[in-house]
Amino acid sequence: MQHAVIRPGESALLPCLARRAEPVVIPLLALLAGFAAFSLFLVSQGKSPVQYFSLVWLGGFGSAFSWQNTLSRTAPLLFAALCVALPARLGLVVIGGEGAIVLGGVTAGALGAALIGSGPVIALPVMAAGAMLVGGLWIGLAGGLRHYRGVNETISSLLLAYIAIALMNHLVEGPLRDPTSLNKPSTAALPPDLRVGNIPGLDVHWGLAVGVTCCVLAWMLIDRTTWGFAARIAGGNVRAAQVQGLPVGRLILGFCVLAGGFAGLAGMFEVTAVLGSANGSLVAGYGYTGILIAFLARHNPLVIIPVAILLAGFQASSGLIQRRMDLPDATVLVLQGFVFLSILMSEALYGRLKPFVPEKWRA
Amino acid sequence: MSSPGVHPNGALGVETLGMTMRFGAFTALDDVSIRVMPGAFHALLGENGAGKSTLVKCMMGFYHATAGQMTVGGFEAIIRDPRDAHAKGLGMVYQHFTLVPSLTAAENLVISRRDTPAVIDWARERVALTDFMDQMPFRVPLDIPVQQLSAGERQKLEILKQLYLGRRFLILDEPTSVLTPDEADEVLGHVKAMCTNGQISVLMITHKFREVSAFADDVSVLRRGRHVGSGQVAALSHAEMAAMMIGAEAARAPATRSGDPGTAVLEVRGIRTRDRSGLKLIEIDRLTVRAGEVVGVAGISGNGQMELMEVLTGQRPVEAGEIRVKGAAYRATREQAQALAVRYLPEEPLRNACAARMSVTENIAFRSFDLNGSGRRFWLSGREMRTRATELVTAFKVKTASLDAPISALSGGNVQRAVLARELTGDVSLLVISNPCFGLDFSAVAEIRARIIAARNAGAAVLLMSEDLDEVMELSDRILVMSEGRIAYQTPAATASLAEIGYHMGGHA
Repeated sequence: MQHAVIRPGESALLPCLARRAEPVVIPLLALLAGFAAFSLFLVSQGKSPVQYFSLVWLGGFGSAFSWQNTLSRTAPLLFAALCVALPARLGLVVIGGEGAIVLGGVTAGALGAALIGSGPVIALPVMAAGAMLVGGLWIGLAGGLRHYRGVNETISSLLLAYIAIALMNHLVEGPLRDPTSLNKPSTAALPPDLRVGNIPGLDVHWGLAVGVTCCVLAWMLIDRTTWGFAARIAGGNVRAAQVQGLPVGRLILGFCVLAGGFAGLAGMFEVTAVLGSANGSLVAGYGYTGILIAFLARHNPLVIIPVAILLAGFQASSGLIQRRMDLPDATVLVLQGFVFLSILMSEALYGRLKPFVPEKWRA
Repeated sequence: MSSPGVHPNGALGVETLGMTMRFGAFTALDDVSIRVMPGAFHALLGENGAGKSTLVKCMMGFYHATAGQMTVGGFEAIIRDPRDAHAKGLGMVYQHFTLVPSLTAAENLVISRRDTPAVIDWARERVALTDFMDQMPFRVPLDIPVQQLSAGERQKLEILKQLYLGRRFLILDEPTSVLTPDEADEVLGHVKAMCTNGQISVLMITHKFREVSAFADDVSVLRRGRHVGSGQVAALSHAEMAAMMIGAEAARAPATRSGDPGTAVLEVRGIRTRDRSGLKLIEIDRLTVRAGEVVGVAGISGNGQMELMEVLTGQRPVEAGEIRVKGAAYRATREQAQALAVRYLPEEPLRNACAARMSVTENIAFRSFDLNGSGRRFWLSGREMRTRATELVTAFKVKTASLDAPISALSGGNVQRAVLARELTGDVSLLVISNPCFGLDFSAVAEIRARIIAARNAGAAVLLMSEDLDEVMELSDRILVMSEGRIAYQTPAATASLAEIGYHMGGHA
């Protein structure tokens, strides 16, 4: 194939735009394809897709109230998606964020119970740090097993999530149980001053602001720093990274620990802002929805923000849909399943659609 | 002139007429007519990208030619897919082996048939195979798993497989690229003998003039998709063939050597490590490369060169021994490589030295993205990366549609140019290279070799590992031969004899 020799300063706007459009258009098409397949499923159940999606709009985005409902569900999804996206930039598929969320929540609950009376200025940072540390260790374990022992991180992180949930159940029903929690074994209820409140003027807790900030920081780390660049090299071709002398092991560990730390924060905010104590409600599936969000966002932390809001909207409208359409809560999982399948299949399209590949235009 | 027919002993004549293949607006093959007489050994020469592979893929039915016809055995043939080609007696032997390594030769032969029954009567097949082998001019042990056969034997088995399947016109795609010179001569000698007997006709894609002169009857040369010349080998000199291949473009003469070797830069002492399988030991007792010197490591692939490269790049742990660069113990960390100016050109740069989906700009920045003058930086500088990429792409003549294009969109030669630009810019004390010109075209090869010599002349110590003996001979000041994980032989290049080197490459020492 013949290429023109590049001239310095020459900028080709159209090819550049086409290249940038590819990672935007393909996931959007995949999302629509997933919706279409889900619509067929609804039709097969004798339900109207039009009604479904209009109720999603109504329940998730149609009013100030529904927006608050959506945004208040967004925070844990942001953290959970970051837990997938960061290792993914190193070529790792970590799907066990749920475990780090749960353990982060338990840690925050236990630390909070121990620090009752010390005031929020000391207790909250300690709870956050502890949750991040434990979450980071959990995902870091999967990364370490991968790098040093060659254990597949996808399998190990998933299995570690089951262990984490079992560990959480053991702790809140055993050593950390508050004797007064009768129906639902929990850690000691946090006093009001250790509960994270709402962002002023909104009925949405501070976790959203922290989550958005973390997404921006993660984007800066990946896109604007030399560490992120090194990680992208290692994710692109680990052999090339080794030949460049990059510390691949340290990068994998560092990014996995950070990813797990974010997931731990999700657990901390669930406990301090929503649940009031650590208990079985921590196992809410945020970690798994986070996988879908990260893949839809192509592991770009900035794109995670709108995608997480979209998925939170679907979850927020779930109650309305249950009532109006007589569909079970799990319907949203069916939708996520269809979207995830179509996202995975769309991976095969990259570099094959001519409009997005300027190299093929001449041909 | 009528189309070439069939030899009484079975060899097919094949002719292409005006074969043209377009991929969109790009013409890969333009009106190519070549004629292979029955029983002829016909060589197909050309640079990379000249259209050789496209031509044979059209002949074998992998591609459907945009225009043009073909005759097989004197009759017009329409070949829709490779099965059609096989049914008409056309077969192809690929550059890389297509045998199942864990099966024996006999099993490989029997399963390659299209009519293999669900239940194989091995007793009967064995008798048939023995009869078949008896008629062949050379043989291969039938009962040993293919992975235990030498490369030469495997290539013979590939050819036997084609004959076993009843093919009477063979296309050989660089069949000797993985063989020692002796093995190559033996295999091609047998093929030649079968051609002379009129059992088969052969069309061989090759880069090696030596093989063309020694074995081929006729030669056709392609350049940029066009047929630029044919003739009897006996009537053509190497220089004439090379002139046809390269055309009017003048190849850059390799830069002349200057200066004498200086102090030792790389010292390897007593290195012990295991190969990928963990079974074979790699032992490098003593290896020194001095400033201003190219040390070439010759050897057949799989004799420890890859492991040595991995040890030097820090990808493979060692059990014993030490590596020193400029006297300092070297562990191939990024900081050390930057401080001591150690650079690498691994083989197959797209696979081993680039991130395929990252842009040309980003790939060029791999060495320097974390440096800021003499200090280190934490924040990336997109502008500096871009300026640097623009400069280097211009200086090293990397042809790319855009600096933002993924590096995988570039041709092999341009990927290697981009990697060279990255690795050869700035101070270079030690340059470790593996098969730098594998799969590249003639002009890219000349240019890349000139750059390596220029680095040497500027005082870099160069360790060059290459399977291409000609390349080692051309570039090296000193030649080592690796065989079975050890350095088996060493000689100054000036007094090196090909025969002696070939002897040690084969592991006969």
